[in-house]
Amino acid sequence: MTTSAKTVRGLGSAGAGTQHHIRQRVTALALLFLVPWFIYSIIVACKAGYEGALTWASQPVNAILLILTLSAALYHMRLGIQVVIEDYIAKSGTRQALLILNTFAVIALAAATILSVLKIWFTAGA
Amino acid sequence: MAGQGRADPRPLSPHLQIWKWHWTMAGSIFHRVSGVGLYGGAFLIGAWLIALATGPEAYAFVEAIAFSLPGQILLFFWSMAVLYHFANGLRHLIWDGPMIGFNPGLASLWSMFNFAFAIIGAAVIWSLASFY
Repeated sequence: MTTSAKTVRGLGSAGAGTQHHIRQRVTALALLFLVPWFIYSIIVACKAGYEGALTWASQPVNAILLILTLSAALYHMRLGIQVVIEDYIAKSGTRQALLILNTFAVIALAAATILSVLKIWFTAGA
Repeated sequence: MAGQGRADPRPLSPHLQIWKWHWTMAGSIFHRVSGVGLYGGAFLIGAWLIALATGPEAYAFVEAIAFSLPGQILLFFWSMAVLYHFANGLRHLIWDGPMIGFNPGLASLWSMFNFAFAIIGAAVIWSLASFY
């Protein structure tokens, strides 16, 4: 049995090729820089109390870095959990349901957190 | 899978209980375990951010949980998971990019280093955070 070059080129048996793998690495590369900043910042912000954390989050640089960290981290974890579900859940219906739930949960979290950052930024009058 | 409806019960390849534990295997498993943990953690960090945007009452509620003993223990484990996943993730990038670190001796040492980095790193961060 042969597979036409058109079908196989860049895709392979999984039908998705290396796209998932590469996206996982690229988001990891971004997180390599964003996570150390985030760890440091969240500790400083948490220790500063409500007003201090609000002041921190309303700085344009912090708001931008927060949105970038959230985007990269949430996309990275959506990809990661996708593989975990595909590895352990063999039953087709459950697997599809969990894969969709994964996407929905991550997008919901992304929307809620990014909107939160924007709200803090805008209400600070920046 | 799981053997249901298998017409011909052929032998399966050796699984976890057969293998002797070694550092690289533990390192790989904990990469996934910490990843799944961080997935849950992201929702808790997200709750903190949403509470910050909601107002002082919501923030006080989340802050009280975060500074309680169970909250602090959870955050300590969260920071260990971040550091482990970070160090081992960097290792994945070094495997995939410059393709360094496949030699068995070095691979084992690297796994040990990543575990040590996570535990010591988390301890250092938390002592710094509580003193300053």
